[in-house]
Amino acid sequence: MARISLKDVKKSYGNAHVIKGVDIEVEDGEFCVFVGPSGCGKSTLLRMIAGLEDITSGQMTIGETVVNELPPAQRGVAMVFQSYAIFPHMTVRENVAFGLTIAGASKAEKDAKVAEAARILQMEHLLDRRPSQLSGGQRQRVAIGRAIVRKPQVFLFDEPLSNLDAALRMDMRMEIGKLHNQLGATMIYVTHDQVEAMTLADKIVVLKDGKVMQIGAPMELYHNPANLFVAGFLGAPSMNFIDVTVQAVNGNKALVSNAALDPVEVSAARGPFTVGEKAILGLRPQYVQVAEGAGRLHGTVALTERLGAETVVEVTLKDGKPLIAALSQDRVFPLGAAVDLDFDPATAHLFRPEV
Amino acid sequence: MALISADNRGLRLATRYAVLGLIAVIFVFPLVFMVMSSLKPDQQLLQDSGNLRAFLPVGDISLNNYTAAFQRAPVATFVFNSVLVTGVTVLLSLLICSAAGFAFVFVNWKGRGVLLSILLATLILPFETIAIPMLLMVAHLPWIGTEGITWGWLNSYHVQIIPFIADGLTVFLFVQYFKDLPGELIEAARVEGASWGQIYRRIVMPLSGPILATAAILKFLVMYNQYLWPLMVTQEEGYRPVMVGLQYFFQLNVAWGEVMAYLSLITVPVLAFYLYLQKAFIASIASTGVKG
Ligand SMILES: Nc1ncnc2c1ncn2[C@@H]1O[C@H](COP(=O)(O)OP(=O)(O)OP(=O)(O)O)[C@@H](O)[C@H]1O
Ligand SMILES: [Mg+2]
Repeated sequence: MARISLKDVKKSYGNAHVIKGVDIEVEDGEFCVFVGPSGCGKSTLLRMIAGLEDITSGQMTIGETVVNELPPAQRGVAMVFQSYAIFPHMTVRENVAFGLTIAGASKAEKDAKVAEAARILQMEHLLDRRPSQLSGGQRQRVAIGRAIVRKPQVFLFDEPLSNLDAALRMDMRMEIGKLHNQLGATMIYVTHDQVEAMTLADKIVVLKDGKVMQIGAPMELYHNPANLFVAGFLGAPSMNFIDVTVQAVNGNKALVSNAALDPVEVSAARGPFTVGEKAILGLRPQYVQVAEGAGRLHGTVALTERLGAETVVEVTLKDGKPLIAALSQDRVFPLGAAVDLDFDPATAHLFRPEV
Repeated sequence: MALISADNRGLRLATRYAVLGLIAVIFVFPLVFMVMSSLKPDQQLLQDSGNLRAFLPVGDISLNNYTAAFQRAPVATFVFNSVLVTGVTVLLSLLICSAAGFAFVFVNWKGRGVLLSILLATLILPFETIAIPMLLMVAHLPWIGTEGITWGWLNSYHVQIIPFIADGLTVFLFVQYFKDLPGELIEAARVEGASWGQIYRRIVMPLSGPILATAAILKFLVMYNQYLWPLMVTQEEGYRPVMVGLQYFFQLNVAWGEVMAYLSLITVPVLAFYLYLQKAFIASIASTGVKG
């Protein structure tokens, strides 16, 4: 049905290569999230799928059709824009019905479908208002309503929540998740908010500088990032990176240490590593604990942030580098106190220095 | 400090009203003078023109000048011609120039940048420089009318309309305005399946009230004040517009009262047009929330 497939897709504006050869498969009914830092080409890629930008090279298919040359209208997609892009001179009802009007639907059909969309989005009472009389969240609903009313096979969202305040963002995030379950359509969702990515996605595509860094389920990316970039991008607070030296290699394990870290044996799956080589040890703050006795990491407390259920401690290690630990209880540490930290070696990631 | 600034506010407001009032007076008094003078016999008109009585309906007031004006020239024909030519040109110009601006801004096609530059270059050509070549051209163009194919456009309405429908300035106005419309609106409409024609009609035009009004006013003024071109291309009285008609009042003996009566008459369509546009303009801003 609405499987989307991108094969070695590229895009350049003159000499500026914005998308540099991307392969992505989105299964039918899947919720796929594109994440990446600002300017990495997320919007460009989404707009290429929508047909709003043409494809410099490569092949794109939606369902069974190669859509490279198809105009947006013939791709069976609906798109929700960051600015909502609601037509200001039409009422909410006319906005939601726009696609049906263009398709020449009868008034009865339009009324029925608009009513259904309004019910799903709980905006029946807004239908006769003008966009200028709506709040940001309500406008967002109208934009989504306009998208769902035609029952397209594919939904494209470009940072739909970034103009909303934090509380509303969370509400709408959950609603979009529910909407996906209800409609069962294929959705591609662009964001640079990793919480949205982690919570909504069946599949995350991490992009950087127009290239795919990693594709996978959220937990796969979280627990097994392919490279430093993905490791640092997903998770909050972000992963600690510690410069270490490889002391010994033993099969698929490597023994590493530095001035503040006692030797520890971790997985060397991202190798090959050679003895004496520099490497980077990645530790998620959530997996760092305060050792009751002696621990592997030694430092002093630089800052404590008590969040109630969680305490975020910044420790200055013996070699002067900072390290963040997120403890799952409320604890107080005197500033400057010496502290030993520890972690389960199975939760540590060893990376080669360059991506 | 607070005291001074409060005083300043009052003072500033007073100054602003004084300046606006002065401007209003400067603009309104010639009109009042024109209408008042059109009601007076020439002798009194000349006497009054040195003092404030020129702006008042006093002395020997009558509509005699109007009757005389209608006798001297086919005033109704002139006004009709001008209104027809101006009205049709304004409408067609809004349609064609906005469509051109739309194509320049929203549709991606080869050569649009070059073509737009050429179009803008035409802005610096004064009409006088192309009047003669254009006259030679229209004198030989074919036209399909009630009498079949005829050659030469002279002495007609279309010779006064067609050359002025499309012009660089009007297209440029639309291009500038369209560039400021949010591009995502157009993209949203495209994704929803709208064709370019539908986007033009259903999205862009409804949001273009302010620029349509501006372009209409500018075109109206140019067209209603046409003199050189209609003088060149119409020999028959039946096709001549109001500005050419003004000549009739300066032949033989100049009767200033009649001139003023004629001018008052030909100002009526202008005022009607302005009032209409003002209403339409405000309505469009109120309904779309898009400010120009
Ligand atoms: N028309 C254009 N001409 C040249 N470069 C462009 C054009 N449009 C976008 N780019 C460039 O392409 C790159 C990717 O842009 P894009 O809008 O896709 O980024 P993004 O990942 O969506 O970023 P953000 O998170 O800030 O929205 C940017 O470096 C941008 O400067
Ligand atoms: Mg973007």
